[in-house]
Amino acid sequence: MSQTEATARRRDWMSLLARAPAARLAALAPDLPTHELLRAPEIGAVMLEGRIGGTGSRFNLGEMTVTRCSVRLGDAVGHACVQGRDRDHARRAAVLDALLQGEQAGRIEARVIAPLRAEAQARRGARAEKAAATRVEFFTMMRGEDQ
Amino acid sequence: MNAPLTSPLAGGFADPARDAAHAFRAVLDAMARPGRIHAVSGGAAPGLSAAAATVLLTLTDATTALHLAGALDNDALRRWIAFHTGAPLAAAADAGFALGRWPDLQPVTRFRIGEPAFPDRSATLIVEVERLEPDGPRLTGPGIRDTARLSLPETAAFRANRALFPLGFDIILTCGDRLAALPRSTIVEDC
Repeated sequence: MSQTEATARRRDWMSLLARAPAARLAALAPDLPTHELLRAPEIGAVMLEGRIGGTGSRFNLGEMTVTRCSVRLGDAVGHACVQGRDRDHARRAAVLDALLQGEQAGRIEARVIAPLRAEAQARRGARAEKAAATRVEFFTMMRGEDQ
Repeated sequence: MNAPLTSPLAGGFADPARDAAHAFRAVLDAMARPGRIHAVSGGAAPGLSAAAATVLLTLTDATTALHLAGALDNDALRRWIAFHTGAPLAAAADAGFALGRWPDLQPVTRFRIGEPAFPDRSATLIVEVERLEPDGPRLTGPGIRDTARLSLPETAAFRANRALFPLGFDIILTCGDRLAALPRSTIVEDC
């Protein structure tokens, strides 16, 4: 696997772990192996940036509360940065990130990541459907100016 | 001298707010009372004394440019600094903090000494020394009742620095878990 591919995969699972509801993550991975805290869960704020129209120049959208945590598990170092003030969520996500870099990656992928991915897709799909149902198409009929 | 690190990225404060406050108080008091030796703890970095690691954790962050001199400019320490403090590494002339052993920091004239209108825009040198004891050159000046003594690596450079006052750099000497400071206002004499 190339470096960029590995990075993309890790980015994908880190994102899923960070966006998963904390309670759901705790239900999927209730027991954590013993780990060493490199950076105990700490709460801070990050500035969210947006782009005007999605592609234009950058602007500060606002600050968001995040909790970050870093752990060591054997040789693997796991990081997490999750929305909100849930220290357990950050810690669990960091440990899972470390696990996913190790030998148990396949097991964790199947037990935790796959269900989370399916649920995230379902959530996105449901939201898109709901939005699509209320979409109004505007189009201009003849206004009589051309005559 | 160094507690063994369980991992290259270990060695941060266990309780960041409290540990940093204690260490900051120690550095503040050391600067206010030149020559007085304080014990600090909490930090551990690859190849650094506990005191130097603690000072880095306490004083540096993403807004303070740091210069690593000599053998301390290594990959392990760079990673540790990036993870724990986020301090950008800089050339000697641009650095707000510099870290190294005294011979590696030479010539010290390359560090910032501030400007007449802004004497605070100067560098603070964190110097790793082999021994730190209350003996050696005599110190007098603000914060010292009569005289103090401190085992400095040399005196000429500090005399030249004092002559620049109110400009000049400030020094924090670290050894094991102890530190002492030598601000630019202190007069250093051989004896």
